[in-house]
Amino acid sequence: MYLADRAAPAAQKAGGAGGSAKVRAVTGVVLALGAVSLVTDVSSEMVTAVLPLYLVAGLGMNPLGFGTLDGVYNGVSALVQLVGGHLADRARNHKLIAGLGYALSAVCKPLLLTVHALGPLGAVLALDRTGKGLRTSPRDALISMSTAPEYRGRAFGVHRAMDTAGAVLGPVAAFLILRAATDGYNAVFGVSACVAALGVVVLVLFVPSRPKPYAASPAAPGVDPDGAAAEPPKARPDLRQALSLLRIPRLRALAVCAALLGLTTVSDAFVYLLLQRRTGIGEQWFPLLPFGTAVVFLSLAVPLGVLADRIGRRTVFLAGHAGLLAAYALLLWTPSTPALPYLVLALHGTFYAATDGVLPAAVADVVPEALRASGLALVGTGQALARFCCSLAFGAAWTAWGDGPALAGSAVGLLCCAVAAGTVLRPTARPNATTGARP
Amino acid sequence: MSTARRLVILVVAVLVCAGVGTGFVLHAADQAAQRSRPTAGGPAVSSGEVSLGPGAAKKLLFLNTAAGPDLDRLSSVPIGDTAGPRTATGTTCLRFYAAAGTGVCLQSATGVLGQTTRAVILDARLKTLRSYPIAGIPSRARVSPSGRLVAWTDFVGGDSYGSAFFSTRTSILDTRTWKVVDSLEQFSVQLNGKPYHATDDNFWGVTFASDDDTFYATLGTAGRTYLMRGSLSKHSATGVGVENVECPSLSPDGTRIAFKKRVLPNAALWREYVIDLRTLKETPLAEPHSVDDQATWLDDDTIAYALPTDGDTRSTDLWSVPADGSGKPKLIVPGAFSPAPQ
Repeated sequence: MYLADRAAPAAQKAGGAGGSAKVRAVTGVVLALGAVSLVTDVSSEMVTAVLPLYLVAGLGMNPLGFGTLDGVYNGVSALVQLVGGHLADRARNHKLIAGLGYALSAVCKPLLLTVHALGPLGAVLALDRTGKGLRTSPRDALISMSTAPEYRGRAFGVHRAMDTAGAVLGPVAAFLILRAATDGYNAVFGVSACVAALGVVVLVLFVPSRPKPYAASPAAPGVDPDGAAAEPPKARPDLRQALSLLRIPRLRALAVCAALLGLTTVSDAFVYLLLQRRTGIGEQWFPLLPFGTAVVFLSLAVPLGVLADRIGRRTVFLAGHAGLLAAYALLLWTPSTPALPYLVLALHGTFYAATDGVLPAAVADVVPEALRASGLALVGTGQALARFCCSLAFGAAWTAWGDGPALAGSAVGLLCCAVAAGTVLRPTARPNATTGARP
Repeated sequence: MSTARRLVILVVAVLVCAGVGTGFVLHAADQAAQRSRPTAGGPAVSSGEVSLGPGAAKKLLFLNTAAGPDLDRLSSVPIGDTAGPRTATGTTCLRFYAAAGTGVCLQSATGVLGQTTRAVILDARLKTLRSYPIAGIPSRARVSPSGRLVAWTDFVGGDSYGSAFFSTRTSILDTRTWKVVDSLEQFSVQLNGKPYHATDDNFWGVTFASDDDTFYATLGTAGRTYLMRGSLSKHSATGVGVENVECPSLSPDGTRIAFKKRVLPNAALWREYVIDLRTLKETPLAEPHSVDDQATWLDDDTIAYALPTDGDTRSTDLWSVPADGSGKPKLIVPGAFSPAPQ
C-alpha cells in the first residue's frame, strides 16, 4: 500500500526530532503544539503530584472533601471548553484563545506560592482548570486544520503521546526536586511556573495563528506564523451557526455516541481503586497505577492513530472501548494470575490510545473549518459531562450494591452503548474521503 | 520573524527559565539545609540512647521539630523537666507513638516516582521488628496500652487523570500474631442501629482500650463524622451516638475521650473537647486555639497536643491542658511533635 509505505518513516518522528520524509504527515504545527502540551503537562502534573503531600505535610491541612471540589472543577472545565471553542471560531484566532488558556494556567502556578488556605487554593485550582477548558478545543482545532484528513489520526496520536509523556515526566521532576530540597514545595511550584511560562513561549513563537492550508504546502520544512495572512476573510460564525452544527447528522451521531460511551466509562480513580481491591495488590503500588496507564497510552497513541487513518476511525474507536470492556471483564472475573494488574493497565492504556485522539480526528472530518473548534468542543463537553455523571452514578451504585455489581452494571452498559455506537456510526460515507475540511 | 530569531528567543527563554528554576531549587535546598544546622537559642539536645516503655524515671518521648542536626529525631525529656535538655536518638519519624515497650514510627523517603512510606514497628530498644508499606501520607499512629496492638492512619491521594479523590486508610496490626487489618473499611459498620455501607466511608484516629480488643475511631462519611466503638475480634464498628468527633483519644482509666470537634462546617478549625463515655456529656477544654492533632493523655487529668509554633510553619510545640475544662494551656515542650508518655 502506498499509504502504508509513506506512513512508516513518519511514525518514527513522534519524539519531535524531525526527519527527512518527503510528505510531512506530522506537520510542524502538530509538533509545536505537542511540545507546548508536553511542557505544560510537565508543569501541571508537577503540582498535581505533590498537592496532597503539600496539603497535609506542608500546610497541615486535612484534604478530605477536596475530591468533591475537584469533581466540580472538572464539570466547570467541561463547560468552559464550549466557550473556548466558540470564542476561537468567532475570533477566527485559535492561537489567541488557546494561548489565553495556557497563559491563565501558567499564571496560576506562581499564585500557588502565595496561597496558604484551602479556600484560595481551591480558587487558584479552579482558575487553572478554566485555562485548561479554554485551550482544549482551539488547540485540537489547530491540529486538525494543519493536517490533511488522511493523517489526522496520526497527528492527534503524536500530540496525545507528547502530552502524556509530559504527564509522566511531571511527577518525576517534582519528586526529584523534593529529593534535593526537603519540604521544597515552593521550589516545585516555582519550577512549575517557569516550565508553564516556557510552554506559552513555545506556543507564541512556533504556532501560527492560522495554520497554512495543509493542501498547499504539505512538505513545509518549518512553521511560518507570519505567512498565514493570505486567507480570504469570512463571516464571523455566531452562536446560531454554532448551534446549526447539530444539524450535521454525522456530528450528531458522534456527539451522541461519545456521550453514551462516556456514561459507561468508569473514571480512572475508580478503575485503580477497583484494581487494588479486587486483585489485592500491595498498597505501595497504588500511586504507580496511573503511570502504568500513561506509559501504555503514550507508546500506543501514535501506532493506533496511524491504524485509525488506515482502517477507519470507527473501528479503532470501537475497538478501544472493547479493550475497556475487556478490562472490566478481567476485574470482574479476577483470574488468579500475577499478570492481572498489568493486563488491566495495558487494556486501560490501550483504551485511551485508541479513543482519546481518534475521536477529535473523526469529529474534525465532519465539521467545517470555520466551526471546527465549536464542533470539537461540543463533542468533548458532552463526553466530559457524561463521564462526570458516570462517576456520580458509579459511586452511588458502589454504595448501594457493592463494587462487583456496580462494575458489572457498567460493563453491561458499556456493551450496549458500544453496540449502539457501532450501529449509529456505520459508515454511510467513507469517513476520510468525502467530507473535506472546507465548508 | 525568521526561524533563526525565534530559535534564539526560545534558547534565551529556556536559559532564563532554567536559571530561575535552579534558583528556586537551590534556595529551597539551602533552607532545608539551614533547618538541620544548629541554631542559637534552640533547645539543648544531646545524642543518646532512649528506651521505650517504663523505666527508672517517667519520661516523655516526642519527635524533635526544633531546627538543628536532630530535626525529626525521636527524642526524650524527663516528665518532671520537659523544658530541659533533650536526648535525641538516631531514629527519624514523621509520626510516632509508643506504649509498654512497643513503638510505631511512620517514616517516608522520597523516591523518583513518589514518596515511599512505611510503618516501622520498634521494640523497646528501638530495633526494627517489622515494617509495613503505606500507600499514602502518614497522619496518625497509636499503640494499645499493653503494647500489643498498633494502628496507623494515612491519607491516600488521588491520581492525575480525571477526578482526584482523597480518603483515609486506617490499618490495625496485632504484634502477637503479626496479622494486619489493611483497612477498617472492611469492618461491618452499624450507624444509628442500622448496618451502614458507603464508598466514601473513611476511618481515622484509632485509640485503644486496655482489653486489646476494643478501640474507638472516627468514621467520616457523607460530610459527617461519627465516634465509633470497634471490636477487632468481631471485625465490627458501631456508632456510639455522638457526631462531630475526630481523632479520639481514650483516657488511661478508659472513661473519657479527648477529641477535636469541628467548629464550622468545611473550615479547618477545631476545638479540643473531652466527652464522658457514660453520660456522653461534652466539656470544652481551655485551649483557645484550633487543635488539629490526636491528643495524648499524660495522666488521667491532663492531655497534651501539638500546636504550630508561632512564626514557624514547619515546627510545632507541645502544650498541655487540664482534661476537665479548667485552668489554661501550658507550653511543655517547644519544638516537638507526637508526644508519647512512658
